[in-house]
Amino acid sequence: MKNRTIKVDYLARVEGEGALYIKIKNGEVDDVKLKIFEPPRFFEAFLRDRKYSEAPDITARICGICPIAYQMSAVNAIENAFGQVPGGQIRELRRLIYCGEWIESHTLHLYMLHAPDFLGYPDVVHMAKDFPEVVEKALKLKRIGNDIVKTIGGREIHPINVKVGGFYKVPQKKDLKQLREDLLWARDAAIDTVKFTSTLTFPDFEQDYEFVSLCHDIEYPFNEGRIKSNKGLDISVEEYDFNFIEEHVEYSHALHSRLRARDNYFLGPIARYNLNYDKLSPIVKQVASDLKLPREINNPFKSIIVRGLETLYACDEAIRIIDQYEKPDEPSIQINPIEATGNGASEAPRGMLYHRYRINEEGLIMDAKIVPPTSQNQKTIEKDLKHFIPSRVNLPEKELVLQCEQAVRNYDPCISCATHFLKLHVEKEN
Amino acid sequence: MKNKKPKLAVFKLSSCDGCQLSILDAEDELLAVLGAVDIAYFPEASSRMLPGPYDIGLIEGSVTTPHDVELARQIRKDCKVLITIGACATAGGIQALRNWKDVKEFTKIVYAHPQYISTLDRSMPVASFIHVDFELRGCPVNKYQLIDVIVAYLNNKKPNITSHSVCMECKQKGNVCVMVAHGTPCLGPVTQTGCGSICPSYDRGCYGCFGPMDSPNTSSLARNIEARGETKYDIMLAFRGFNAYSEPFRKESEVYEK
Ligand code: SF4
Ligand code: SF4
Repeated sequence: MKNRTIKVDYLARVEGEGALYIKIKNGEVDDVKLKIFEPPRFFEAFLRDRKYSEAPDITARICGICPIAYQMSAVNAIENAFGQVPGGQIRELRRLIYCGEWIESHTLHLYMLHAPDFLGYPDVVHMAKDFPEVVEKALKLKRIGNDIVKTIGGREIHPINVKVGGFYKVPQKKDLKQLREDLLWARDAAIDTVKFTSTLTFPDFEQDYEFVSLCHDIEYPFNEGRIKSNKGLDISVEEYDFNFIEEHVEYSHALHSRLRARDNYFLGPIARYNLNYDKLSPIVKQVASDLKLPREINNPFKSIIVRGLETLYACDEAIRIIDQYEKPDEPSIQINPIEATGNGASEAPRGMLYHRYRINEEGLIMDAKIVPPTSQNQKTIEKDLKHFIPSRVNLPEKELVLQCEQAVRNYDPCISCATHFLKLHVEKEN
Repeated sequence: MKNKKPKLAVFKLSSCDGCQLSILDAEDELLAVLGAVDIAYFPEASSRMLPGPYDIGLIEGSVTTPHDVELARQIRKDCKVLITIGACATAGGIQALRNWKDVKEFTKIVYAHPQYISTLDRSMPVASFIHVDFELRGCPVNKYQLIDVIVAYLNNKKPNITSHSVCMECKQKGNVCVMVAHGTPCLGPVTQTGCGSICPSYDRGCYGCFGPMDSPNTSSLARNIEARGETKYDIMLAFRGFNAYSEPFRKESEVYEK
């Protein structure tokens, strides 16, 4: 048992295609590779010579799970280039549609992709046989997230209403009334979700991570803020490129990111929570403190609880936005393209998503750079596995594979972004 | 064997996962639909992956690598009924924008070591390599249409999916025409219905995400849009979107390329 190779050729319950390869030599982990074999789709290349106004529609197609994140990072970057940023109710509606995506995507990941791991089911349909009420509630909660995206964006997947400068059409106050009713129910369902996840059993696994997220002065971050870490990083989005490096490794179609100054880093719900705890709304803090959750979480398996907390935050924030909403006079600001380069970031459910565009005076995109969260987390996922396996190396193969997959799913890796995929392959030498 | 539930498999080639996600997005119907079948292979949703043969296979994504070609052939052998879902699988998808370019150049733009990347020159629809029983349009597919198609095949029926233009649905909804009223270019007259004419309902022109309808008059529409003052380049871009490699849209975009 001292030497072996573990291969998972097709990682399930992640978005996109990936494999995992682990080599154990003399009882030590010799090599871990997270392979992303989603074929490259070349988004950055074919965005060239397209109109700036097409970027939100095109980049949405990078990922069906978090299209809003792509649309928001794109509009942020382009508006940054032109120096024209809408405020007021348009800004609020962008936060609202993001709340919808967080509720929908976090609930999907939490109940359909991750919870089955903790409870020992292959999927949510099997889980539903033993936990019918939990699953039915989860589906309703997810639908309410989708309803927000649909109301503001026109449809759940690849919304059509997001535009550089704002929206094509904005809702009337009365259009949001039903959503508000549903969100009151959703807020309670989210509290139950946090309670449910906090009763799960977590592997004992804490690491010293560098957490990175957007940080805004007064709000829990969606679209704005400086990029900060718990180890001293504090930069504007414009400085991203100077501080982060992407490396192309042979075995993966996803580029590996690291910090220039240090090494790998950790994005997503835990990072946001640790860096922005004080910006959460009172109800979220109350639930966290009732359940005695620490203000800083260092166990990646507990991301499932934090997804619940963020779902609660998103329900609460959505209600706040709806309550103060007044229909703006114009659905978007007038955009005048200039020759410029712009940077934009936003917080996808699974972590910070960075876009940069260089645009010419006719408004055509000259070049684009897109760094999705999964490629940024990839190195941290591999490192986790290196540290996670040694104490489990003598587990039966099937069990070890399951636990490794679960460790990968902590990150909600979204692998279709094959601007940049996942399969497990553990090798033990005999 | 008689009482066994039909085995459903969901496969993926090059795509964003949005179309298969539409199944999980049908929250209200999900447990009923998935309960009526045995999910034998659906890696996005389940870690239980049973070998074929399968009664119904859904394929998402376009063929972009030599491996995809092999996979598509194997999937055909494994599935009694095979349905492609979405613009990627039925028309090559957005990634077909590479088809007019030199892929080597593309690889260099995105990757530092292009030698590690193996890819075909083109992104192609699944039906250009294997026989498919039904092609469902959309980027993404409409989840209700998707459920209708699955239910139809579960009952050994042909699905009843209309193939007229987005305009028909738009008129039924009572929208004001965005072209006539606001002069906004719209691909609605040549695009297949199914989305619920969302874009015109949100005051924007259709960008053709459901692909061409039956016998679309693309050239007449293009001339009309041109007469409204759009540039040739803009018209080329409009046809070269999410269904760029479907024949009518491809040809029209090439007319305006020059
Ligand atoms: S057709 Fe569109 S939604 Fe469907 S997989 Fe392709 S890119 Fe995604
Ligand atoms: S109106 Fe056109 S572009 Fe808009 S969703 Fe429908 S088919 Fe797609």
